Amino acid sequence: MEALIANRPVEVNEEGYFIHPEQWDKEIAHAIAQEEDIILTDRHFEVIDFIRDQYDQGVALSIRRIGKSGVVDIKEFYALFPDGPLKKASRIAGIPKPASCI
Amino acid sequence: MNNLKRKNHGNARSPKKKPAKKEKTLKKIMIINSKATIDAAYAALILANGARMEGIESEMFCTFFGLEMITKEKMKHLHVATVGNPGMHIPTMLGGLPGMESFASNMMKKEMEKLDIPEVDEFIEIYQASGGKIFACKLAMDMFHLDKKDLIDDLDGVLTVGEFYNRADENGAQIIFI
Repeated sequence: MEALIANRPVEVNEEGYFIHPEQWDKEIAHAIAQEEDIILTDRHFEVIDFIRDQYDQGVALSIRRIGKSGVVDIKEFYALFPDGPLKKASRIAGIPKPASCI
Repeated sequence: MNNLKRKNHGNARSPKKKPAKKEKTLKKIMIINSKATIDAAYAALILANGARMEGIESEMFCTFFGLEMITKEKMKHLHVATVGNPGMHIPTMLGGLPGMESFASNMMKKEMEKLDIPEVDEFIEIYQASGGKIFACKLAMDMFHLDKKDLIDDLDGVLTVGEFYNRADENGAQIIFI
């Protein structure tokens, strides 16, 4: 379905995850983050860039992989994106919902 | 009769106030692991860690043989049961042969590695880094003559059953027994 985020029409699924990651930009990220009560800093964007990069490479994301990324450790990842970091970070990063159990 | 009771109970609870914004009703998951098999340890860890991934508070309580997954010397050598486990689909007599359990356990570990599932010790680290807590059962420790220093260094505490229930005594807490 179509949603209006940061005054731009984008395709998202029922849960608000992007269907076309190429429609995403930083302004949109800020708008989604605001919905999640997160104010994005440069540190957040380092993680978001990593997540988008992994997605582009076709890697299935998991908490473990993010912890091993060298970009952020697990503790900080949870602190940056509280209450469900992998899901929240993925939504803010404009990629589809990760289907990871770990 | 029992079923009937349960059903009524469920009905009585369901027409609760409707939350305005989709507020979570499941707020805390408490997993009790009482078994030493590799499958029990992973079930406990995946459920407990999965709760944290969803933003749900999570605690794990290891009792009886479940203590093995947090015992330094044992946690890396957990096995799958090859005897008395119909899921293995091998004859009981074969399952009892020497080395069979190690063989089956190694096979299982290889499959899990392929799926990017961490080993037990690493998984516990991931879980604790996420804010999950792990407790050991006092009575079981006494029974197995285990000392605190035998268990993982980052253990969040040793509890009696009463203390465990006290931790569960809040809205939206659920206890799962493995």
